[in-house]
Amino acid sequence: MADTAHAAHVGAHLETHSETSTGLDSRKLAIWTFIGSECLFFASLIGTYLVYRGRSLVGPFPHEEWVSPAGVHFEPILEIKLVTVGTALLLFSSLFVVLALNGAQRGRRGQLLTWLGMTILCGMFFIGMQVYEFTHFVHKGLTIKTNLFGASFFTLTGFHGTHVTIGVIWLITVFILALRRKLPPEKALNLEIAALYWHFVDVVWVVIFPVVYLMK
Amino acid sequence: MDAQVAATPGTTPLDHDHDHPGPAVYVKIGIILFILTALEVAVYEVGYNHADAGFGAVLHPVVVPVLLLLSACKFALVAMFYMHLKSDSRLFSGVFVFPLVIAAVIICALVALFFYLHSLHY
Amino acid sequence: MATTVTGDLRTQAAHAHAEPTGLWSWITTVDHKRIGILYGASAFMFFLIGGLEALLLRIQLGRPDNTFLSPDAYNQLFTMHGTTMIFLAVMPLSAMFFNFFIPLLIGARDVAFPRLNAFSYWVFILGGLFLNASFLFHAAPNAGWFGYANLTSTQYSPGLNIDFWMIGLQILGIASLAAAVNFFVTVLNLRAPGMKLMRMPMFVWMSFITQALLLLAFPVITVALILLMFDRFFGTHFYVPSAGGDPILWQHLFWIFGHPEVYILILPAFGIVSEVLPVFSRKPLFGYAAMVFSGAFIAFLGFGVWSHHMFSTGMGPIADTVFSLSTMLIAIPTGVKIFNWIGTIWGGSIQLKTPMYFALGFIAMFIMGGLSGVMHASPPADLQQTDTYFIVAHFHYVLFGGSIFALTSGAYYWWPKMFGRMLDEKIGKIHFWLMLIGFNLTFFPMHFAGLLGMPRRVYTYSAETGLTWLNQLETVGALVLFLAIAAFLYNILKAWAGPRNAPADPWNGATLEWAIPSPPQPFNFAEIPVVHSRDPLWELKRERGGPLPEPARVSGAGIHMPNPSFWPALTACGVAAMLIGVMLLPKLGPWGIIAGGALLLFGVFNWAFEPA
Repeated sequence: MADTAHAAHVGAHLETHSETSTGLDSRKLAIWTFIGSECLFFASLIGTYLVYRGRSLVGPFPHEEWVSPAGVHFEPILEIKLVTVGTALLLFSSLFVVLALNGAQRGRRGQLLTWLGMTILCGMFFIGMQVYEFTHFVHKGLTIKTNLFGASFFTLTGFHGTHVTIGVIWLITVFILALRRKLPPEKALNLEIAALYWHFVDVVWVVIFPVVYLMK
Repeated sequence: MDAQVAATPGTTPLDHDHDHPGPAVYVKIGIILFILTALEVAVYEVGYNHADAGFGAVLHPVVVPVLLLLSACKFALVAMFYMHLKSDSRLFSGVFVFPLVIAAVIICALVALFFYLHSLHY
Repeated sequence: MATTVTGDLRTQAAHAHAEPTGLWSWITTVDHKRIGILYGASAFMFFLIGGLEALLLRIQLGRPDNTFLSPDAYNQLFTMHGTTMIFLAVMPLSAMFFNFFIPLLIGARDVAFPRLNAFSYWVFILGGLFLNASFLFHAAPNAGWFGYANLTSTQYSPGLNIDFWMIGLQILGIASLAAAVNFFVTVLNLRAPGMKLMRMPMFVWMSFITQALLLLAFPVITVALILLMFDRFFGTHFYVPSAGGDPILWQHLFWIFGHPEVYILILPAFGIVSEVLPVFSRKPLFGYAAMVFSGAFIAFLGFGVWSHHMFSTGMGPIADTVFSLSTMLIAIPTGVKIFNWIGTIWGGSIQLKTPMYFALGFIAMFIMGGLSGVMHASPPADLQQTDTYFIVAHFHYVLFGGSIFALTSGAYYWWPKMFGRMLDEKIGKIHFWLMLIGFNLTFFPMHFAGLLGMPRRVYTYSAETGLTWLNQLETVGALVLFLAIAAFLYNILKAWAGPRNAPADPWNGATLEWAIPSPPQPFNFAEIPVVHSRDPLWELKRERGGPLPEPARVSGAGIHMPNPSFWPALTACGVAAMLIGVMLLPKLGPWGIIAGGALLLFGVFNWAFEPA
C-alpha cells in the first residue's frame, strides 16, 4: 500500500473523493460539518426570538390586535396564508433538487435540468414572497426598530432569507455548469453538496414556520 | 470508520449513491411533507380560531407540542431521505445530530432561564 | 467551497519541489507549513503587542493614584490586552501548531482544503490588523473583552471603539470557522494508512476536539455580535432595557460561546504537553484512552456551564445550583488528565530539556489555576470573588500558566522541525526560570489583592486600601516577564543567525514528524507512512534496535502538490471589506458592503473554477 506510485497519487487527490481514511468525500464531510455549525447559528437566532416572545412593549404584535396610545388600530401582523404558500414552495424545492440530483447521478440530463430549474424557481418565489412580506409589514407599521418582535422577527427570517439567496446563487451556478454539460454523473457531487445546503435551509424553515408563524 | 479504500486513479470513486432511494420514494416523502404542513396549518386554525367548542377545545391546550411534533417529523423526513442520512455514512449523521442536540438544549435552557427570570421580575 | 482538482498529474510531474521564495510566494502559498509559520509570526507579533499593553497597565498600577494612564486609555488597553491575547495570540499560536503539525502527525501531505487554509489565515490577519488599527483613531475597544451590554450601546459608547471591536471579532470568527471545518475534515479524512482514530497522537486528538468546539461555539458569538451590530447600526433594541430588551441576553449568548472558548484556548495546550511529556520521560503517554475521553468530556461539559460566569446576575437558586454542579463536574476529567500526566513522568527516564521544563511548569501552574477555578464554581464564593483580582489571578494561571507555558513548550519542542535550527538550551532554561518567577510574582499576589477587595478593570486605587505593596510586587513581576520574553527573542535571533543543522529527530521523538528532514520538504513525506501503533517512530526504532538514519532530502518529482493561489487572499480581502463596509455605512452608504461583496463573489468564483 505504501509504494511510491501510490504515495505520489495521494497528494494529487487532497481535495477529491477517492482516497480518504473514512472513505467519505472530504467536500461532502466539510459541508456536513458546516451545516452542523450552522445549527448553532440558527439556534441562537431562534433562541433570541423565543426569549423575546411577548416582551414587546409596543405593537404591532404577531398574533394580537393592538391599539396604540394615539388610538391607531393595528391588526395582527402575520399573514399565515401567504407564508404557508412560501413554506410549501420551499418544501417542494427540496423534493425537486433531490430529483435533479437523481438525474445528475444517472446521467439523465433532461431530468437534471428540469428539476434543478424548478428548484431555482421555487427558491426565487420564496425570496419574492419574503420581500413582499417584509415590505407589507413595513407598510403596516412594523420595522426592525419598532419593537422586539420586529427586531427578532426580521433578524431571524432575514438571515434565513440570506441563506436562501446564497443557495439560489449556488444552484444557478450548478445549473449553468449542467447546461454547459460540465456536470457528468461522476461530478454529481458538485450538485449533491449544493443540495445538502439547500435542504438544510429548508429544514431551518421547517422549524421557523411553526415557531414564528403558528405558535401563539 | 477506518475503511481503507484502495481506489486507483480513474476508477469511479467509492460512493453510496446506489443506496439512495429513487424518485418514487422522494415523491412519496414529498406528499407526506405536504400533508404534514397542511396538518400544521389545520392545527393552528382549529386549535386557535375554533377553540371554543368541539375538537378545537380539545386541541387548544396542546397546540404547541403538536406543532413541534409535526415540525420534528418533517425535519426528520427531510434529513433522513432527502439529505440521505438514512442511507449514507453514520459519520454524517453524527456531525449533524450532535450539534443539533446541543442547539436544542441551548434553546431550551435559554427559554427556561428567561422564563424563570421573568417570573422573578414580574 | 473547494472544487474538484482538475489539474493533471502529467503536467505537474515535471515540477521539482524547489522552495519558492519572495513575498508573492508567501501571499499565494497553500502549503500548510508556510501558513503555519505565517500564523506563528503574526500571532507572536500580536502577543508582543498584547504583552506591551499589559506592561503599560502594570506600570499604571505600580503606584496608587497614578496618572500615567488616563481612565479611558486604561479601558482601551485592558480591553485590547484581553481581546488580543485571546483572539490574536493564543488562538492563532495554537493555529500555528494545528497548521504545521496536524498534517505531519497524521502522515498527510497537506490539509484537506489547502486554499481554504490560506483563506483562513488571510481573514485572520486582516481582522487582527483591523482591530489594532483602532489605535490609530484613538478609538480602541474599551468595554472589556466580553463587551457587556449595555456598556456597548450607542448611548454609552457613541464612538468608533465598539464598532472596531465587533467588526474585528466578526472577521476573526470567519477565519476560525473556515479553519475549523478544514482541520475537522483533515483529521477525519487524511490520516495515513493504519492511523486509526485511537492511534492518533494526543495533540491531534485535542486539536480535533478543539475544532468541534470552534464549530459549535463561534456561531453563537456571531449571532450575539450581529444583534449588537443591529442595535448600533440599525436601531434595534435587542439589548436596550427601555424598549424591553435584556442586556442579560448578551451575557448568555456571549458565555455560551465564551466558556467553550476557554477550552478552545486550553485543549491544544493539553495536547502539546501530552506530546512533550512522554518524549522526555521516554515512556508512552499514560492512560491514552482516558486522556481522549476526558478531553472530549471536558469539551462536551463546556457547553453546559456558561452561566457560572453570571452568578452575580441573580439567576435564582435552581439555575445557580445546576451551573455550579456542572462546573464542579469538569474538575473530574481535568483531574484525570493531570494524574495521567503525572503518571506519564512517573518512573520515566526524565530528560530535563527546555520543552520539558515548560511542560512541567505547565502542570504546576495549571493545577493552581484549576483549583481557584473550582473555588468560584460555588456561587456564594463567586459572589465574593467575581469582578476582583482573584478572578484575574485565576484565568491568568490557566491561560498564561496553562496555555502560554504549554505553547512555549511546544515552540521549543518543535522549533527544530519547523526551522531546521535548534534553540539554545541554556537561554531556554533562563527563559523558563524568568518566566516562572515573573509569572508567579505578577499573578500570585493578585489572589490576595482580589480577596482584599481590589476590583478588576479600575484604572487606579488609593493608598489607604493597603494594596500598594501587592501591586508593586505584581508590577515587578511584569517587568521580569518582560525580561523572559526578551530572553526568548534573543534565543530566536541567535538560532536564526546560527547554522541550519538541526537533525531530523533531536529528541528521540515518537511521532511521524520526526521521521522526515528538518525542516520538512513541501510534500512532507516522500512516501506516505503506514502506521501500526500509537508511537510509530519508537516502534520503528525498537525494531531496528537503534536510532533511524538521517532521512535524505529527495527531489519529490512526481508528487503532485496543490498549486499556489492568489484567490484565497483576494476573497479574504472581500470578506474583510464587506464587514468593514458595515461600519462605514454612515460614510459610504451601502457601497462599501456592495464593493466588498462583489470582491468576495469574484474571489469565490475564480477560486471555485481555478484548476488546483
